[in-house]
Amino acid sequence: MDTSRVIVHSDMNAFYASVEQAERPDLRGLPVVVGGNEDTRHGIVLTASYEAKRRGVKTGTALWEARRACPDAVVVPPRFELYRRYSHLARRIYYDYTDLVEPFGPDEAWLDITNSVHLSGGDPELVAQEISERVRTELGLSVSVGLSWNKIFAKFGSDHDKPDGFMCVTPENCMRLVWGAPVSDLLYVGPATARKLARVGILTIGQLAQAPDELVRGMLGKMGIVVRSFARGLDESPVCPLDLASVDVGREVKSVGNGITCPFDVEDAVTARQVVWLMGESVAQRLRALGLAATCVGVSGRDAESLLGRSRQRRLFRPTNITSELCAGAADLLCADWDFRHEKIRAIGVRASCLVPAGGPVQLDLDGVEAARLRMASLDQAVDGLRLRYGNHAVRRLSELASPALASLDPERDHFTHPVSYFA
Amino acid sequence: MRQVATREKRYVEVVSRTDPDGNVTPLAVVWADGVRYDIDRVLDSRQACSLKTGGTGMRYTIRVGGKSTYLFYEGPRWFVEAKVVPMP
Repeated sequence: MDTSRVIVHSDMNAFYASVEQAERPDLRGLPVVVGGNEDTRHGIVLTASYEAKRRGVKTGTALWEARRACPDAVVVPPRFELYRRYSHLARRIYYDYTDLVEPFGPDEAWLDITNSVHLSGGDPELVAQEISERVRTELGLSVSVGLSWNKIFAKFGSDHDKPDGFMCVTPENCMRLVWGAPVSDLLYVGPATARKLARVGILTIGQLAQAPDELVRGMLGKMGIVVRSFARGLDESPVCPLDLASVDVGREVKSVGNGITCPFDVEDAVTARQVVWLMGESVAQRLRALGLAATCVGVSGRDAESLLGRSRQRRLFRPTNITSELCAGAADLLCADWDFRHEKIRAIGVRASCLVPAGGPVQLDLDGVEAARLRMASLDQAVDGLRLRYGNHAVRRLSELASPALASLDPERDHFTHPVSYFA
Repeated sequence: MRQVATREKRYVEVVSRTDPDGNVTPLAVVWADGVRYDIDRVLDSRQACSLKTGGTGMRYTIRVGGKSTYLFYEGPRWFVEAKVVPMP
């Protein structure tokens, strides 16, 4: 086990709400809730300030629940452009200490300062505290900082002393600090995994660390061995810096997807197809921009009554990034799975996966199918060019215009997030 | 003499000089009514947040008419922590 590395994990506390309070002094000290638009049925708590959390407001709950828990909560709409700016400014501070900075979402980052700590005085604890101090004075935000020899325990440290905390996990104190904590405090042990582990009496990180191979593999598959190595502090994954030139897309793309909570419940197959085409078109557009083609298409839907979701996927006959092929495949999949006589859909998502590089050689055939595909591909290319120059609303499908609520959406731009995975 | 009740973030016009290395030095603040306040000296510049009015940016500590105050560059705009005087 290499314990010589010096890894810092920085986590900006209640990020969106803290930025709002930093920007608006009149909100400081108040229970602030950053929430989505209730009129478009996105009314959930995105972030709650610590004042609101103390009053029982939880991230991810509906805004009406938040108001019931805390009637004087100040609900403000999100300003993602502003949050991106603060995230960028925080990273600029991190880059003053090391070039090895791995963002984990907009508000968290790992820093590997092993080979640069001597440039900042040589004391890792002082460097970690200086980073925290600079974020506070320069951005007006509080951060929790964890320090350890691996990424998992560094994140554990920042998660455990909030807000504005600091924890140093060393090989000497890790059994005392980490092993007694609930197993759900470990990265990649969510509620479902914690439930499975609890069934065999594994409640703490220490118990997981000492669990035998057969037990964890039998319950969790190969991920069981991975999370147990996390519990033992054996994580040796490097801090992967992002390529600054390509900002957040420097990682290998494994799938491209887009989903939406519809402004209304989808009650028939025709409307479902319209929404799928709207989402699928943006997915295909992104695939083309990335120079990729998908061999698998998937759809997901969330029931309007039960709020339960289900997803289906299938392989395509040949890799494609042609809008019409991808959308038709996704729409057929969704409509075959949902019975609109009894069910209504609240949210729909389209996903393309099993990606391969696009633009490879094409085998033409005698019946003209490939020639027709090439024509569709060049049509998509022309549409992409127009949208690049004049905006995504410059060229639209007739089906989009059938519903004014759908017509106002710009899924390619509005619903764009970079998912983050530890295993990317 | 009237009391200053609070401060507000006010974006202002600024005359500045940019040297060949890209360093920006503010030279004068022009108020909304057109009055120009020449900056005698820039005492300090650093990245900082405004605790009084909110926001963050490059904070210049400037001396104007013998008094020091803050001027923030929140690219591409400039703002000051303007005094808000309550009506009598």
